[in-house]
Amino acid sequence: MIEVRLFAGLREGREKIIFMEPGSVKNVQDIMDKLNIPRKEVNILLINGFHQKPETEVNNEDVVSLFPAVGGG
Amino acid sequence: MGFAYAEKIARINLTTGEIKAEKLYVELAKKFVGGRGLGTKIVYDEGCATADPLGPDNKLVYATGPLTGAGVPSSSRYMVITKSPLTGMIACSNSGGIWGAKLKYAGWDALIVEGEAPEWTYINIVDDKIELLDAREYLGLFSSELDDRLKEKHGKDASVLSIGIAGEKRVLLASVMNDKDRSAGRSGVGAVMGSKKLKSIVVTASKRNSDEYMASTEAVKEANTAAMGKIRENALTGGGLKALGTASLVNVINSVGGLPTKNWQEAYYDKAEDVSGEALAEKFLVRAAACHRCPIVCGRVVKVDGKEVGGPEYEPLWAYGADVCNNDLAAVNECNLLCNEYGLDAISAPCTIAAAMELYQRGAIKEADCAGVPLEWGSTEALKEWTKRMGDPQTELDWLMSSGSARLCEHYGMPEVSMSVKKQEMPAYDARAIQGVGITYATSNRGGCHVRGYTIAPEVVGLPVQIDRTVTNEKAFWSKTFQDLTAVIDSLGLCLFTSFALGAPEYTQLLNAACGTNYSPEEVMEIGERIYNIERMFNKAAGMRPEEDRLPKRMLSEPIPTGPSKGLVSKLDVTLPEYYEVRGWKNAFPTDETLKRLGLDECVGK
Repeated sequence: MIEVRLFAGLREGREKIIFMEPGSVKNVQDIMDKLNIPRKEVNILLINGFHQKPETEVNNEDVVSLFPAVGGG
Repeated sequence: MGFAYAEKIARINLTTGEIKAEKLYVELAKKFVGGRGLGTKIVYDEGCATADPLGPDNKLVYATGPLTGAGVPSSSRYMVITKSPLTGMIACSNSGGIWGAKLKYAGWDALIVEGEAPEWTYINIVDDKIELLDAREYLGLFSSELDDRLKEKHGKDASVLSIGIAGEKRVLLASVMNDKDRSAGRSGVGAVMGSKKLKSIVVTASKRNSDEYMASTEAVKEANTAAMGKIRENALTGGGLKALGTASLVNVINSVGGLPTKNWQEAYYDKAEDVSGEALAEKFLVRAAACHRCPIVCGRVVKVDGKEVGGPEYEPLWAYGADVCNNDLAAVNECNLLCNEYGLDAISAPCTIAAAMELYQRGAIKEADCAGVPLEWGSTEALKEWTKRMGDPQTELDWLMSSGSARLCEHYGMPEVSMSVKKQEMPAYDARAIQGVGITYATSNRGGCHVRGYTIAPEVVGLPVQIDRTVTNEKAFWSKTFQDLTAVIDSLGLCLFTSFALGAPEYTQLLNAACGTNYSPEEVMEIGERIYNIERMFNKAAGMRPEEDRLPKRMLSEPIPTGPSKGLVSKLDVTLPEYYEVRGWKNAFPTDETLKRLGLDECVGK
């Protein structure tokens, strides 16, 4: 399974963790489409802790973490 | 009606009681701007580098920037500059709230405090009138109680800056507090105030905003509108920070596997969610809060024991959370409040507790030493009790802990357990997972510090662009750029968080409009570089050794054991030489050529 973790405001109206079948999504953009998350709402996009792009493909057992604009000091 | 500088500094000698108004020279301002730059120049010129930090020859400069109180966004900041008793080097602690703006409205750019008062004293400023008053009845109070009492006496429009019990006892981790819960936290600046028997500085101003002292020109209006526009458009400054505060970083930094856990023995905390910004918002947040004139609104108000109090920033949330293996968020909030009330650095205090917990884990500190409260990982009783003991030390171990993790670990023959640089504790980003921040920690003039060169912005948050956190390429250049720009922002009197949205061109426009100057962005960045270099020369005069630009051994030789960044170490041995190259430094100090290029002739040959 692919584990999708949502954080901060992206959790509004959605679950914190969503599991997806590897065959059902090809890349991170597919995941965002499935969850109805507009591209511009995602500022930090990680696969297994490393920054990736929406086009990056996802594989079985990947952990995808999506954040809106968060930061600090 | 004129420009943003008040053009007046007050020099207050606590030994003699003499108070003098001095002119702020525009030539000086042109080279060092104000705030951090001005304060550093003053303490450098006036010999503080070789003074005993807790002796009468050290001085305290409370410096606003020209933009403090100037009616532009996030214009609340002031700096406390002195020689640090914790590091023995330059201390420059930054705070917000409203105190800095009030000092400007009262008609002062900065205060220089010298000597030592014969009895506990506080300074009362009402516009151009400055007097020294007896502070003895105010000793031993919590910061919030003191704030209430002084406002009862001087009026509710007064703004109070103070030290707590920690500062009174000259604890090396003592902070300077203002407006109840804003903190000039790092480097023990509160202890320096305590050593001068200076309890508080109260400011009342009959002017209430920038319109009453500076011309509201077209240039100012334009610069203001442009800056506000950019801040509002940017997702982070335009709502992201207001929603979760800086606390939102817990889950971010943990997700990249860089959240220092168990005193940096690990870098991934499986219970991070419990002590995250999301959990804080869900369970404890009452509302967001802003400093004076700030549209970003990153502050938190939370409930502790039914009372509304200032809530934790990312650093204390991490330090009282993952760093000590605690997932009880209520305890974090309580400990953060204790730090504010005792006047303790809410980063260094819990980081020192983490070091002590590792010493306990290793058997160096024994249960019998702990006076009934064992230093066990995750013990909320230990967190609360040892914070209080550091704020008001009684026993030998209390005093050791209150002097910070470096001295504590040295005492037990395990200096490598202190996660500090130049004896100041590193904050909440693991340098093994994020290469650029390691350079910042190693080379920051004030020791372990993240804000002075926040490469987390590009390496993790993606601002201004996303760069790869694991590579070393160009990290030296990024680090220098952030360090120089930050020095400018800290000297202007603006909040660092504006830099998520603004860059050198916008800061230049604001400065020129408010001060009637004509800088270019390149000149402004050079001012930042000049300030960074004079800080380094202060440290050289204070006896800094080149080896002190380094990271704890754990960062270089103990790979992260678990989590997304498993196996990584810091490659400082690659990036540090590159950094010196980019800076024009040799063996950790500026070359004479670099000093001359920056117009620092007073430092050449020193």
